[in-house]
Amino acid sequence: MSITVTSAERAAEPARRPARRGAGRGLRAPEGPAGWLFVSPMILVIGVFLVVPIFMALWVSFSDWNGQGSPFSASVNWVGTKNYANLITNPGLTQTDFMTSIRNNLYFVLIVVPLQTVLALILALILNAKRLKAKSFFRTAYYFPSVTSSVAISVVFLFLFSSSGAVNAGLNLVGVHGPNWFADPRGVFHIVLGGLGVNTDSPPSALTGHGVGGLSWWDWLSGPSVAMSAIIALVVWTTAGTFMLFFLAALQDIPVEVEEAAEVDGASAWQRFRNITLPLLRPTLFLVLTLGVIGTWQVFDQIYVMSQGAPGKTTLTPAYLSYDSSFTNFEWGQGSAIAFILFTLIVVLTLAQRRLLREKDGPSRRELRRRAKAAAKAPEPART
Amino acid sequence: MATNIDVDEQAIASAPAMQPPPRESNWKQIAGYTVLILVAAIYIYPFLIQIATSFKTDSDVSAHPLSLWPTQFSTAAFARLRDVDFSRWFTNSVIVSIFVTAGRVFFDSLAGYALARLQFRGRSLVFAGVIAVMAVPAVVLLIPRFLVLNTLGLYDSYTGMILPLMVDAAGVFIMKQFFESIPISVEEAARIDGAGTFRIFWSVVLPMARPALITLTILSFQGSWNELPHFIISRQSPELNTLTTGVGGLVSGQLGEGNQYPIKLAAALLMTIPVALVYFAFQRHFVRGASEGAVKG
Repeated sequence: MSITVTSAERAAEPARRPARRGAGRGLRAPEGPAGWLFVSPMILVIGVFLVVPIFMALWVSFSDWNGQGSPFSASVNWVGTKNYANLITNPGLTQTDFMTSIRNNLYFVLIVVPLQTVLALILALILNAKRLKAKSFFRTAYYFPSVTSSVAISVVFLFLFSSSGAVNAGLNLVGVHGPNWFADPRGVFHIVLGGLGVNTDSPPSALTGHGVGGLSWWDWLSGPSVAMSAIIALVVWTTAGTFMLFFLAALQDIPVEVEEAAEVDGASAWQRFRNITLPLLRPTLFLVLTLGVIGTWQVFDQIYVMSQGAPGKTTLTPAYLSYDSSFTNFEWGQGSAIAFILFTLIVVLTLAQRRLLREKDGPSRRELRRRAKAAAKAPEPART
Repeated sequence: MATNIDVDEQAIASAPAMQPPPRESNWKQIAGYTVLILVAAIYIYPFLIQIATSFKTDSDVSAHPLSLWPTQFSTAAFARLRDVDFSRWFTNSVIVSIFVTAGRVFFDSLAGYALARLQFRGRSLVFAGVIAVMAVPAVVLLIPRFLVLNTLGLYDSYTGMILPLMVDAAGVFIMKQFFESIPISVEEAARIDGAGTFRIFWSVVLPMARPALITLTILSFQGSWNELPHFIISRQSPELNTLTTGVGGLVSGQLGEGNQYPIKLAAALLMTIPVALVYFAFQRHFVRGASEGAVKG
């Protein structure tokens, strides 16, 4: 499951080395057959197991296939956009489930992406310090969860967050009675509102009486459930290490003399970070944010292993719902339609990211020096 | 980039001799270390707990969930793994990973070489296809892949589990980038000596591509060893369980309700060991893989 986006960006650059095609042309046999032969296994495998299946599933998403026999047999009917309408506009359980999964995943994205990005950036900034010892030890430790199996990690976190597990034992030490994490469907925002004196058993009717997409406003505003929060903790913990490496690589590309020039000119650490480091990291920051959004909309493994959408459907995500509708409930049209909605969403995000990255080329060295000077001269910004 | 790092290292080497570090930076360093160590504890502690818990008894676990040392040392969890057919899962993971890794390394470099070096009509179209395929998110392929495996009669077989994973667009991309970075003159010399295209690829180019091949081997092994979704949808027989589906099923199904954490964590521990060993031995390649942009979804 890998998205190579930095590399894709690199591909857009003109080749660094001018091709020396002319040099050997006289000696070369025609390479057409060899070229096609060399790429044929790739084309065959990707064609048969990726391109063709996508079109098969596209057909299924417009059909009433129930998993029996071939999806192309005569007994399978074209139902138009019914599967899509059931998910998005037609009131019913299907719509409620789908919108619930969207809500859950939306909170998941909105919380995981900023947390993992900030954590990754902080770790990278500290690790990039010049005189730091044991740098590689820390890097190894932080990156390790990213290379291990999501299943194994999920099992560990199931234990850590079990009712009598390590997290609750730790909370007990500081006098907090921890929740029964994976059995607790309460929304975090609801809990907070309850703490502020809102009666969560009979919430304001202005919110429960109205809504959109089959969910009341009160349900939309639940926040992630307690169970989802544990999964959020797991994912932030796992992915921060990967993105830390992205930031570290970018930080090492910043010319030392720029930082030093600013230091000599008397810029404070905060000024240097704010006016030099951060602007130079912007392309990477942007990459990390979009990769984070793309990745978090695909969350599946952790849900499959840890919660299967429970408790109270509060950890249901579109990816898991798509799988569950098809393979458990045999609603193949429904499942495929969800997959295509998700597909569209992610492809749009990916294309947007590729386009924006291409536009944002890093500033030139001269520009850097100018900024370093400006940073030193700029008055200390008001800190709040 | 390389020169900047050199400068950095020189600066480190000469700094202590020339001037003592200012006091302010000492203070900052302590703060930095504190953060790093605290975070490292959060990253390492779960794995230590995992190891300790694997050797605990069920009652010990619920009594002392935080302790890093079993009060009663027990290997019962590992013995019980035999009852759930763990060795079969392990064998299947080994089989699948070997075939997938071998396939990826060979086919990815073959295609990468053609896209980097060979002149053929339609090359840029094929490459555009590779880039497009990389944008396809893996989770939306669950249903489509099942459909095609079912239609071809490959569902619930090793072939169906292995074949679709044998080529990956990202790997082709990494290899293409690498082949473009090595000088073409050696190949041309071989060509003058009359070697054929495949011969040049196999005996001249591949040996030069060792670093990239190692990176690709490691990433492919790690990817196929950790793969879960594809093995959920490409098989149903228990005999074809890999470690990911087997251990996943252990947690969500068989032992889902009861606590029984020692056996679950022991299973998770054993499945982590091979990748962990590879990671500690070839760390640099993982780092390179990540900075090439291959991101775990």
